[in-house]
Amino acid sequence: MQATDINKPSDIKLVEKPDGYEGAGFFATSLEKVVGMARKNSIWPLPFATSCCGIEFMATMGAHYDLARFGSERLSFSPRQADLLMVMGTIAKKMGPVLKQVYEQMAEPRWVLAVGACASSGGIFDTYSVLQGIDRIIPVDVYVPGCPPRPEQIIDGVMKIQHLVETESLRRRDSAEYKAMLNKYGIE
Amino acid sequence: MDNTAQEKIINILREKFEGDILQIENPYNFLTITVKKDKIVELIQYLYNHAETQFQYLTDLCGIHFPDQNQIAVSYQLHSLVNNYRIRIKIFLSADHPVTPTLIPVFAGANWMERETYDFYGVIFEGHPNLKRILNVEDMIIFPLRKEYPLEDQVREDKKDYMFGR
Repeated sequence: MQATDINKPSDIKLVEKPDGYEGAGFFATSLEKVVGMARKNSIWPLPFATSCCGIEFMATMGAHYDLARFGSERLSFSPRQADLLMVMGTIAKKMGPVLKQVYEQMAEPRWVLAVGACASSGGIFDTYSVLQGIDRIIPVDVYVPGCPPRPEQIIDGVMKIQHLVETESLRRRDSAEYKAMLNKYGIE
Repeated sequence: MDNTAQEKIINILREKFEGDILQIENPYNFLTITVKKDKIVELIQYLYNHAETQFQYLTDLCGIHFPDQNQIAVSYQLHSLVNNYRIRIKIFLSADHPVTPTLIPVFAGANWMERETYDFYGVIFEGHPNLKRILNVEDMIIFPLRKEYPLEDQVREDKKDYMFGR
């Protein structure tokens, strides 16, 4: 076996440092950029999978598509530690209060990704028993279309979430607009 | 089920419930007997106990809405495991006031089936210990499988005409 040459440049990609001022022994940038960078690359998703989109999500987490490349390999099956709620599948009206409770249990800052036609709009289930899109009970940040979407699309959705996480102002969650938006959904 | 078995079951029923049988059909070779609603529990109990029928398994119990006749039918499907006979018994109730006694004294398994029939058609099973919704959300105010209620969710927006340039 060939010994590894420690002097060879590594092909492991690291996150690029944010814009800032650099000199001998110091680097200055804004706190917001550092926090955004850190959050963006360590999103803990909470999978709320109810049907076939959940199967696509399993492929997304698997070795071939590997969501871990984006810093999201650690799924949080408790909402308390999760950053991103991924809703994948048909949400029946009876499931609605459960989903809302899971959302309420998540700590701020929290993001929501609606994966697939059913979570986004009810999809083919235009019927009395199915919730016509989860945005009727909780706020949604990114919608992924498809029935079901391919893993590439789910990854694209996660990357759009990453962009939101990176660029979000640290004060956004304290703003009156944000609180008014939550109040609209009846969430304190 | 062959004809002789069907004849036998019909004769057994005629012995005791001659005046209560309204109609005897055989769609898709499935013996279907429509009876008056008053004696339905007694009739099913009779078929359960009779030595030659022994219909001791309740396969299904469900509702059917006939909006033209303003009636709701309740269909009981029974199976005799000993003889491998199957039979369907139907009763018709007024859609304005669908009330019928519960079948739980004969089949304990009728409990959830009757709750489901109540949930979707609003049939009241008198004597049922826990007649409340089983599948739909508890605060639903309609009986969704009745034909007067639309199947679609009325809040759906992406099927409106303007979405298609109409």
